[in-house]
Amino acid sequence: MPSLALPARRKVLMQGNEAIVEGAIAAGMRFYAGYPITPSTEIAELASEKLPRDGGRFVQMEDEIASMAAVVGASLAGRKAMTATSGPGFSLKQENLGYALTAEVPCVVVNVQRQGPSTGLPTSPSQGDVMQARYGSHGDYAAIALCPASVGEAYRLAVRAFNLAERFRMPVILLADEIIGHLRESVELPDPSELTVVDRARPTLPPGEHKAYRPGPDGVPVVPDFGTGYRFHVTGLIHGEDGSPTSNPKVVEQAVRRLTTKVTDHIDEIYEAEERDLADADVAVFAYGGTARAARRAVREARAKGLKVGLYRPITLWPFHDERVRAALQGRRAVVVPELNLGQMAREVERVAGAGTKVVRVNKVSGEPLTPGEILAAIEEVF
Amino acid sequence: MAAAEKVPVKRYLRLAKLPHIWCPGCGHGIALQALIRAIHSTGLSQDNTVIVSGIGCSSRASGYLDFDTLHTTHGRALAFATGIKVANPDLNVVVITGDGDAAAIGGNHLIHAARRNIGITCVCFNNTIYGMTSGQYSPLTPTDAYATTAPYGNIDTPFDLCELTKAAGASYVARATTYHARLLEKLIAKGLQNDGFSFIEAVVQCPTYFGRKNKLGDAFRMMKLMQERSVPVSKAAAMTAEELAGKIVIGELWHRPRPEYTKAYDAVIAKAGGGR
Ligand code: SF4
Repeated sequence: MPSLALPARRKVLMQGNEAIVEGAIAAGMRFYAGYPITPSTEIAELASEKLPRDGGRFVQMEDEIASMAAVVGASLAGRKAMTATSGPGFSLKQENLGYALTAEVPCVVVNVQRQGPSTGLPTSPSQGDVMQARYGSHGDYAAIALCPASVGEAYRLAVRAFNLAERFRMPVILLADEIIGHLRESVELPDPSELTVVDRARPTLPPGEHKAYRPGPDGVPVVPDFGTGYRFHVTGLIHGEDGSPTSNPKVVEQAVRRLTTKVTDHIDEIYEAEERDLADADVAVFAYGGTARAARRAVREARAKGLKVGLYRPITLWPFHDERVRAALQGRRAVVVPELNLGQMAREVERVAGAGTKVVRVNKVSGEPLTPGEILAAIEEVF
Repeated sequence: MAAAEKVPVKRYLRLAKLPHIWCPGCGHGIALQALIRAIHSTGLSQDNTVIVSGIGCSSRASGYLDFDTLHTTHGRALAFATGIKVANPDLNVVVITGDGDAAAIGGNHLIHAARRNIGITCVCFNNTIYGMTSGQYSPLTPTDAYATTAPYGNIDTPFDLCELTKAAGASYVARATTYHARLLEKLIAKGLQNDGFSFIEAVVQCPTYFGRKNKLGDAFRMMKLMQERSVPVSKAAAMTAEELAGKIVIGELWHRPRPEYTKAYDAVIAKAGGGR
C-alpha cells in the first residue's frame, strides 16, 4: 500500500472567508458565536453549516458584544471558540476582547476589514483597523494579530491563530481585509494529519493543589476548564494567582505587566514575515495583507526595469518586531509603505527605520485597492 | 421550622473570601443564602455548576461561591453564560445579576436569553438602584423616587422584568422579596429544575443608597415595607390595576415548559449528521 503514507491533499477553489472557516475547524474550532456583518458574513454562514457536522455548535447572537462574550464563555467551558466581524463590530467587541486578554481566555477573533470610519463602505476593502487591533481595548496589554495575503494563507493563519491562542491563552486576532475575504483562489489544503494543532495545557495537579492563574515558567498560566472540579474564579478585575480580585500594588503591577511580557518574551516564536529580494535592495517595500499582493507585483516589475527593490511583508502584524524590521530595512535609501489607510503601519516603520532611511507613504482610502501601478510609481519616484 | 431544614450553607462558600463587601443591612446576603439553599435542595453538584455574574454589588456574589465562577463585564453575564451552556450543555449554569446590569446595559441579552429558552437560571437581585456606583437611578427605580441622578425625582417608568422575560419567551418566571426568603428559595429551586430559561426576580433592600435617599429608614423598615406591599400572585389575579399600583406581586408568575435551546441544537447536530 504505497500511497497511504502520503497526505491526502485537496486542491480546491475557495474564498478567503471560507478558507478561514476550514482552517479554524482543522485547528479544532468547535464553537462559533457571531453577528452578521459585511464583509465577514460568509464565515458565520459556513460555520453554521459545518460545525454541527462535527458535533460543534454555532449560535447567532443578538449582537457583537454578546458574540465576544459567548466565545469567552465557551472557551472557558473547554471548547476552541471563534467569532468573526468587521470594523464597526470589532469596536463593539473591544471591551470583552480586553476581558479575554485579562482573564487569559484562548479564542480567535477574525476582523475582515472594510473601509471606515464608522459604517464607512461596507463592501470595500481597507486596512483601517491595524491600530484598533493593537490598541482597541482599554488599558495596557500586548496583542497578537496575523495578517493573510492569500486564500491559502488565510487557511494556514486560521490554524496558527488558534495555536497561538491556545499556547499563550489569549485572544488572537486574524486581521484579514475584504480583498482576501472575498478573493477566490485555488488552494491546496493540507491533510489534517499534516497540521500541527496545539491544545491548551490542562492542569496536572489535582483540584485544591492547582492555582488557576499561577503562571508557568514561560509566564503563561494553566487555567482549568469549567466543570472539571477545580471550582475557580475568573474575573476581568486584576487578580492574583488564585483568580481572586486584588488591589495589592505589587501583585497588580506584576499581573498587568505579564499580559505584555508573555507576548514580548516569546516574540520570535510568534513573529513571522516574508522577505523577498531584499539582499541587494536599495529600496524596500513594506506591505501586508491584500495590499502585499499588489506590492509583490510592483516589486517584480521594478526589478524587470532594473531597479533594486525588495519586499518586506509582516505576516504577524502584532507584536511588531522592532529588531527584525530594523535589520531588514536599515540602510535602505527608502522604504515605501503602501496601505489602505492614512499611514497606520508607516508610523511603526518610521519609528525603527533609522535616520538615513526615507519612509514614503502610499495611502488610499477611496474604498478601492491599491494597484501595482500606484506602488510602482512611488518606487520609481524614490530612485 | 423543622430541624430537617438545616442547610450546610458554609459548604458552598469560599470562606477565605469573606467578609463580603456588602453594607450592613443589604439584602444581597439574604438573596445569596436563598440561592445556596435552593442549590442544596435541588442537589446540584458543586463541580458541575457554573455561577456567572455581571458587574455591580450583587454580582460580587460569584466571588464568594465555591463553584466555577465567572465575574464578567457589566451587563453581559447572560451572554457569557450562553457561551458556556451552548459549549457544554451538561453544565448547570446560574446567572446572578442586578437590575442595572440586567435591564439597562444587559437588556438585550436578557430578552434574547429568554427568547431562546436556553437552560440558564437567572436570579436578578433588584435593589432598584445602582448601588456600586453610589445611587444613580436604574431602569427599575420607581417613578418619583429620588436618586443621585434624579435629584428632582425620577421621571422614567420602571420595567417589570418578570412581564418582560415572560413576553420574551422565558419558560419560568417568579418573584419574591428578601422578606419572603423561604419563598424566594423555593422559587429559585423550581427555576433550577426547569429545563429552559428561568428568571427569578429577588427584590432586595439597599438601605445605603435607595433607602437613605428616599427616607425609607433602615433595612428592617425597608423589609417591613416589602412585606406590606407584597401581594401573592393568587390574590393579585382578582385585583384591579389601580389596586395593584405600587404593589409587588410575588410567587410563581409563569411556568410553561417549551423546548430548551441546547436540546434543540442537539437536533440540529443530528440533522447535520454530526455526533456530539
Ligand atoms: S450599596 Fe446597597 S446594594 Fe450595594 S452593598 Fe450597599 S446596601 Fe447593598
